[in-house]
Amino acid sequence: MSEEFKVEIVNPEKSFLVKDDVSEVVVPAFEGEMGILKDHISIISFLKPGIIKILSKSGDENYYVEDGIVEFKNNNLSILTSTIFNLADMDKSKQQGLLKQAEEEANKTDINDQSKYLADQKVEVLKTLN
Amino acid sequence: MASLDDLKKRIASVKSTQKITKAMKMVAAAKLRRAQESAEKGRPYSEKMNNVILNLSNGISDKENAPKLLSGTGQEKTHLCVVMTSDRGLCGGFNSNIIKKAKSYFAKILDEGKELKIITVGSKGNDQLKRVYGDKIIENISFKESKNANYFDADKVGKMVIEKFEAGEFDVCTIFYNQFKNVITQIPQAQQIIPLNNEAEENSSEESYEFEPDEDEILSNLLPKNISTQIFKAMLENSASEQGSRMSAMDNATRNAGEMVDKLTIEYNRSRQAAITKELIEIISGAESL
Repeated sequence: MSEEFKVEIVNPEKSFLVKDDVSEVVVPAFEGEMGILKDHISIISFLKPGIIKILSKSGDENYYVEDGIVEFKNNNLSILTSTIFNLADMDKSKQQGLLKQAEEEANKTDINDQSKYLADQKVEVLKTLN
Repeated sequence: MASLDDLKKRIASVKSTQKITKAMKMVAAAKLRRAQESAEKGRPYSEKMNNVILNLSNGISDKENAPKLLSGTGQEKTHLCVVMTSDRGLCGGFNSNIIKKAKSYFAKILDEGKELKIITVGSKGNDQLKRVYGDKIIENISFKESKNANYFDADKVGKMVIEKFEAGEFDVCTIFYNQFKNVITQIPQAQQIIPLNNEAEENSSEESYEFEPDEDEILSNLLPKNISTQIFKAMLENSASEQGSRMSAMDNATRNAGEMVDKLTIEYNRSRQAAITKELIEIISGAESL
């Protein structure tokens, strides 16, 4: 029996990625990183800024996300997100741009605690990418 | 009767108009394909989002404490209407269809003695509505700079709507847009987004989900996103409809111009022939009288 399941990432503009030979996905869920294997219980959770790791036979892939929702059901993993970047395409300048944006956001004083926390997270994750 | 020279000028002018409408039709056709594509690509996201929300709201245990975006404020005194139109004209009945739909809804609300607030997206809608409902329009947004509908713009509108909702400025929010059916048909739609209309598909899944964090927190994070998503969907449908509507309008205009050229050409030929005949008669009768 295969140990693979299907993952689908959609953003508002299009279906970003569809893969059906995935063995494990690690998502940055709100309460900590979460690894999903085949036959995981049905779950809905949402994401904080971080890295999605997709492990499959054809190679591993890493994506940077800023927000999103994960739904896992019947061995179908759907990830809805509005901001996603493939780390393979991420170059220094793009990363620096995102980092700057996130830092600006984090330094704003008129935001509430939650958005402040999210912005800090972004900064942290983007810094580790260096 | 118009002189030969006048007719010639008119034919030339109609022909050049025809060239313009033909070019516009072709541009619209090319844009339509792209808009249609992105409308189709955008569908999975909003469908998935709807699914998740449906599953969530089915799973929620106490309905009374559900987030206000889902269940409403409990009253229906103030209505906010987001009317989404295009920024450019020359697209047939596209804008006026939305406006007509919106106006009949406005009349209904005002008849019931409720308060009305309007946000217009797109300058054409604003132009048409400000004459009658000028004092009701609280905000006018236009995305002339952005070439295609993008999520960023939709998010801006969504955030604004939510801000106003949280400030207690309205109870019910409805968006107006044209749904793209095909090139010839676009259906003006009124869709209520706050409170969310749960067209109870209770049977969707009996399966229980695990939630992390709990349902309420997910819902309260998800619902604002859903507003933006719905608005984005409306924008995509709208831009496909706009191009479709423009294409068929320009196609009609091109055909009408062609008919007009034909008619004018016949008239031109007739009067030319009439002038020749007249001259001939004059010559012959002149010769006979000698």
